[in-house]
Amino acid sequence: MRRLVTQYNKDYYGGALMIFIGLWAAIQGSSYQLGTLSRMGPGFFPTALGVILVIIGIAIALSARRVAKDAPEEKPLPPEWRGWICIIASCVGFVAIAKWGGFVPATFAITFISAMGDRENTVKEATLLSLAMVVICIVVFWWALKMPFQLFAWGTT
Amino acid sequence: MIEQSLADLLKGFDVALQPHNLLWSFVGVLVGNLIGVLPGLGALSAISILLPLTFTMHPIPAILMLAGIFYGSQYGGAIGAILLNLPCHPPHAVTCLDGYPMTKAGKGGTALGITMIASFFAASFGIMVMIFASPILVNIAFKFGPAELFSIMLLGLICGGTMSRGSPLKGVAMTVIGLLIGIVGTDVNSGVARFTFGFVELTDRVELVALALGLFGVTEFLRSVNRMHVVGSGMRVRIRDMRPSMKELKQAFMPMLRGTLVGTAFGAMPGTGPTITTFVAYAIERKISKTPERFGYGALEGVASPEASSHSKTQVDFIPTMSLGIPGDAVMALILGALIIQGIQPGPQLITEHADLFWGLIASFWIGNILLVLLNVPLIGVWVKLLQVPYRFLFPSALFFIALGVYSTNNSLFEIGEVLVFGLIGWVFVALDFQVAPILLGYVLGPMVEENFRRALLLSRGDMAVFVTRPISCAFVVLSALIIALQAFFALRGKLKKRRGASLQPPPAPGATVQPVQEG
Repeated sequence: MRRLVTQYNKDYYGGALMIFIGLWAAIQGSSYQLGTLSRMGPGFFPTALGVILVIIGIAIALSARRVAKDAPEEKPLPPEWRGWICIIASCVGFVAIAKWGGFVPATFAITFISAMGDRENTVKEATLLSLAMVVICIVVFWWALKMPFQLFAWGTT
Repeated sequence: MIEQSLADLLKGFDVALQPHNLLWSFVGVLVGNLIGVLPGLGALSAISILLPLTFTMHPIPAILMLAGIFYGSQYGGAIGAILLNLPCHPPHAVTCLDGYPMTKAGKGGTALGITMIASFFAASFGIMVMIFASPILVNIAFKFGPAELFSIMLLGLICGGTMSRGSPLKGVAMTVIGLLIGIVGTDVNSGVARFTFGFVELTDRVELVALALGLFGVTEFLRSVNRMHVVGSGMRVRIRDMRPSMKELKQAFMPMLRGTLVGTAFGAMPGTGPTITTFVAYAIERKISKTPERFGYGALEGVASPEASSHSKTQVDFIPTMSLGIPGDAVMALILGALIIQGIQPGPQLITEHADLFWGLIASFWIGNILLVLLNVPLIGVWVKLLQVPYRFLFPSALFFIALGVYSTNNSLFEIGEVLVFGLIGWVFVALDFQVAPILLGYVLGPMVEENFRRALLLSRGDMAVFVTRPISCAFVVLSALIIALQAFFALRGKLKKRRGASLQPPPAPGATVQPVQEG
């Protein structure tokens, strides 16, 4: 699967993505009122943009073959599932924990989970880094900048 | 008119030298420099992380601080490029070519010194241009109606899309995506909620900070995690090493001047990114040099000229941003967004209505650049240490700062979700070789483009010819068409003469396995 995403195919996928987004925008946009040129409705501009994007997408896909031949074969980097999942999980975790547990555990979570995404970080290092961020969160953001959030919360805030 | 400008400038110094304005300017320069030095973080991430902090401030210190962060981080980026061959900020990719060989030859200090002098010289020149050109531009700008505003924004968007690095088609596609993201929210004319996916929070537009931090923060982390390995080179730079000799100064002077002029020319053009500017400056320098073979092996000219061009461009870029409300590139789009959040509508009336802000800003550029020089001489040792902060500690902390920074814009957790979504979208685009910087430009200009397009056609009763029958508007439309035609021409010619363009590509940095997000 990874081998398929070469320079050659990248432009096909990119063009297809643009066509898809453009189509979606044009269809969604035309569901709002289009109006006339002299009295445009809210749908005119998004629909026009969608159509433009579809045209550009087609052009990107058409020009794909040309670029690919002379471009040097790019060696695809191996996927970094651990890093990716940890970064995404850390953001989701922050929102969830901040909502139901307060900002101190949330701060710890976002730093700790994302730090564990790096293969070279040990649990001890990640813990220390997270504790440092918790201190910054309390001292700088809560105490000095007086940002309105609860350090600890039980249930929905 | 020039006397008037000078009198206004003096008043500007009054404003900029007020203790608390001076303090914030200093904070901005210091923090910007600090973040700019950190590997993987550039001007865009620096400004977006700190943007929420300025919301509660008075507009003048807020803008002074943001501007300080901007040129501070730009300077910081040069340090990483020269000492570690790390193009933390894409415009500095060119500086690596000759800056790093100089470091290897033990002349890193001189390269930094020349960079500092070139930056200061170029910035001063840019400021002068700004002082004299802005009032003239304002006189023209007052003649602008909706049709002219639409056409110049069109020009800016086309430049922004096509003149950044990479495929022009893809750049334009990203600009359109940015315009679409700008549409999200309630339509001001009809009150219809568009593209909100059913979220109430989205009726109030996509949050600027969330978009910027998603595209330039999270996307970047997703790309670089486990792939960015900073190797500390363990070099030490002493203050004494930074003073270039008379001979070196003489050698660097003309390149500095040429770089400055290139930067000024590009700065006046809306939409051209900083990266392309530095590349052009470098290419010119190599072309006219009597000894082009030295380039890439530590030629002083190859450091002085690009650095000068990026700094003069930075300053001149403020002219279209402030006087027309048309940001030159993604960073300017952020600063423009900050102005709008502060309730200041950029445009021709800004210079007269907010004279204290405009001239205060110009004066603070000078003060800030002097502060930069003063800061960097004693702190260079600290920066070198900072350069060696491992990425594995850097990105988790940065994620936390991003989360809290975004939360503080509206005190709502929804925006953090927005950051993640835009981060993922940006990551997909980057993986498919798209540039994300034009998205921001499109997003900021989007509502203004639509508004002026609709208004122009309302006034002309639906006659599209209005954009070409009005002379100023026509000029912009013709320019836009020319740029598209030129790009098409180059694309066709490039197809015929293949290998030509490959010679300007920077060699991959040994320190970093991943090139940073292209901000230009």
